[in-house]
Amino acid sequence: MRVTSPHAHGPLSTAEVMRAVLIASLPGIVALTHFFGFGVLVNILWACLVALGCEALALALRKRPIGFYLNDASALVTATLLAIAMPPGSPWWLILVGVAFSILIAKHLYGGLGYNPFNPAMVGYVVLLISFPVEMTAWLTPAGVEATNTPGILAALQACFAPDTIDAITMATPLDLLRQNNSLLLEDLWLQTPQYGRWAGIGWEWANIGFLIGGLWLLYRRIFTWHAPVAMLTSLALMSAIFFDGGSSASGGSPLFHMLSGGTMFGAFFIVTDPVTSAVSNHGRLVYGALIGLLIFLIRVWGNYPDAVAFSVLLMNFAAPFIDYYTQPKTYGHGGSEG
Amino acid sequence: MRKVWDFHGGIHPAENKYQSLHTPIRQAGIPAQLTYPLSQHIGAPAKPIVEVGQQVLKGEMIARADGFVSVPVHASTSGTIVAIEERMVAHPSGLPAPCIVLESDGRDQWVELRGIDDYHQLDKPALLEIIRQAGIAGMGGAGFPAAVKLGVNPQAGKIETLVINGTECEPYITADDILMRERADEIIGGTRILQHLVEPTETLLGIEDNKPEAIAALLAAAQGTDVEIVVIPTKYPSGGERQLIEILSGKQVPSGGLPANIGVVCLNIGTALAIYRAVTHGEPLISRITTVTGEALEQPQNFEVLLGSPMRFLLDQAGFQAERSTRLVMGGPMMGFTVMDDEAPIVNTTNCLLAPTETELPPPSPTQACIRCGLCADACPASLLPQQLYWFAVGKEYEKLENHKLFDCIECGACSFVCPSSIPLVQYYRASKAEVLQARKDLAKSDHARLRYEARDERLERESLEKEAKRKARKEAAEERARQAAAAGNEAEADPIQAAIDRARAKKAAAQQAASDQPPTGETPPADAAQLAIAKAMAARATNSGQSPLEKAEAKLKRLRERLANSETKLQQSQAADADDTIINALQSALEKLRPKLAEAERELASLQEQNEA
Repeated sequence: MRVTSPHAHGPLSTAEVMRAVLIASLPGIVALTHFFGFGVLVNILWACLVALGCEALALALRKRPIGFYLNDASALVTATLLAIAMPPGSPWWLILVGVAFSILIAKHLYGGLGYNPFNPAMVGYVVLLISFPVEMTAWLTPAGVEATNTPGILAALQACFAPDTIDAITMATPLDLLRQNNSLLLEDLWLQTPQYGRWAGIGWEWANIGFLIGGLWLLYRRIFTWHAPVAMLTSLALMSAIFFDGGSSASGGSPLFHMLSGGTMFGAFFIVTDPVTSAVSNHGRLVYGALIGLLIFLIRVWGNYPDAVAFSVLLMNFAAPFIDYYTQPKTYGHGGSEG
Repeated sequence: MRKVWDFHGGIHPAENKYQSLHTPIRQAGIPAQLTYPLSQHIGAPAKPIVEVGQQVLKGEMIARADGFVSVPVHASTSGTIVAIEERMVAHPSGLPAPCIVLESDGRDQWVELRGIDDYHQLDKPALLEIIRQAGIAGMGGAGFPAAVKLGVNPQAGKIETLVINGTECEPYITADDILMRERADEIIGGTRILQHLVEPTETLLGIEDNKPEAIAALLAAAQGTDVEIVVIPTKYPSGGERQLIEILSGKQVPSGGLPANIGVVCLNIGTALAIYRAVTHGEPLISRITTVTGEALEQPQNFEVLLGSPMRFLLDQAGFQAERSTRLVMGGPMMGFTVMDDEAPIVNTTNCLLAPTETELPPPSPTQACIRCGLCADACPASLLPQQLYWFAVGKEYEKLENHKLFDCIECGACSFVCPSSIPLVQYYRASKAEVLQARKDLAKSDHARLRYEARDERLERESLEKEAKRKARKEAAEERARQAAAAGNEAEADPIQAAIDRARAKKAAAQQAASDQPPTGETPPADAAQLAIAKAMAARATNSGQSPLEKAEAKLKRLRERLANSETKLQQSQAADADDTIINALQSALEKLRPKLAEAERELASLQEQNEA
């Protein structure tokens, strides 16, 4: 057998990387399910089904081996990430539109895995957010706020597949409340609204901690490097510290609040780390992550949308090639480390 | 402990070194036939100095160095030269190469050797000449002629650091390890000769910490010398020359430069040992240690093998099971290449023969899409961006490949090893390097052509300008003359052109008058006859030029025959018409003259035809 070197190969495969990402998302999913009910799981399962169908369709149209490419599990990752970002108990058609857009348009029209300039899950999310703002901001009241019960399996299925037959109790998210607040000191806001928990919003803080744990595990597994997520979290923390303002009514919120609100941890470890659409070098990823953190804060506090991970990531996807151009590492023998 | 530096990237593949370290070095013995490729290294191939049928002794030179970057080849045992021809050699191309083939006589009889007791008495050129004549080329990777490496005078000045490479970072290979365990004294001895030659301020022998026995042996052997044994962490590819230099000195060899540019020279421990034996015993390089390993072998081990031995000779002694082996690799699993013919000879860079089973080194999995995960960039010891290089290689973007420093890639294989999508990255880079070099050549060629074209254009323009200027000058001169003539009041000369036309018209009219005055005859007018003759001659010349001598002779013969026939008809006509005697006589004498000419032409043609047939 004639083979060129190297003959040995490491243990990691692309499918393995994707599976690791799926596993790492479990703690966050568990926390979300606990606070927002089974709608979270129904979202994910339905999205995965749609994604596999769309992926198979696209592969068939593109005349690629379907089994081989389905096995890389990248469609499942896209679907899961999009489903996590959507409000639990979203109607089936909303998920279908979002996932189909992610897989067919944002991924396969650009050439499939590895060739998409924009994060497919975030493209799908933004399409839905702009087209269906009401559905996309209808977050259920989390468990532990007032005397609400989170939907069980049946209710969740009903919410998804027969959305007209059910009335869900939704509530503004903590980020929403903070953006709308212009009269109360943060301390009073905390006391007067039931959505706030120990550090941030009830439920949200634990979901964020869950995604943080999963992210740390991925770091430990060396699935990605620390550069982009750490840079993003650092710049977001820095910005919120600068504009915290001691908790006045014009405050942007405390650094801890920003760390554990909305999609911060989910974005930092599951979206910003998407290697395909991020900057390539480690230096580049520092810049890329930091700018995303900055944009998230700007949009959250002064923008029109309560959360901003998707917009920030997409904007920086645009900038990634530009960042790459200026952050090429110093090659050996080109004056890198001189004795 | 001496401070050591780290280099960017690197990987930790499974070492698999223990398999071949159960037994000490075994002598492989003398095969029936040995093959010596004339080119075993970078540089010019050696020139054979033996003939087929010649008896040679062990250690006798059979091919001499040809050029500066070239090393001679020696017979590794006594016997008879049976062929000097192309044979299969171990080369990534899989192509045959010129070789000298020796049939051993089994006596293993040495040529007379002259060792040197005290090398301190030799001057440097003499020592370098010994190393050169001993045929010593690097035993590590590229096999660069050692004497050239040592003889280079760096512009930077003095060599500060002599680095001896005992790293052996490739998985599976233990040839250097076992050599250091068993022959540390000779390695240190060779290092001391190198110290004498190079006069460095420090001498560092770098060795990875996964070889404790070898470290102990070296430390014992280096006692009382100023050779410093530096133990470095195990990481692939710390044995790469540039990586080892960075580990030991913290300095990077400039891109495209030599270690000598930063005051370092680096040689492999095997090379040091070969130098020791060449100087103190006068032995040329005719054997080496080769690790024979892999799961397709019953007894993986290290052999001391005569250079030129067929690979099969070693494989058989290690219990090779051909049916279990999927490929034969010369070198390690990271940088070695597949050998298509196990009769190919062992050469001075054959540090390992690896015969893995399918489960041991499975065939590469199908390539998936690059997700730009960046694991390759983290593993790259040259701090390249392999994922970007891959992108540009696929798109054949040569300029970007060069901007992203494709040519600083050392092809260590770390990127391919970690790639989760199993992309054969190194393969892409090798191909791209060749393509970029070809593109550079093409560019140089087209540049050259463009310059020539531009120069020609310029010349033509210059010439036409000069012509134009001359014409202008002439015209002005003529106008000037005309003005002067007009000023002189000479009316007739006032317009020279009109005057010339008038003159020509007058002449023509006179000629016409003369022609019409002549009585009409059957013969062509003499003036026209002359013109006709000239035209004929020109036509004949035109057809003659470009003809072969044979064709010319044939044409000549044909002409002569025509003339003869003409003359004969004229004679007959004249005789029939009862013409004047003088005419008949003249025609007859012309015929007499023509006949020998014809005979001569016939002879000439015949001889030419003979020549042609011969």
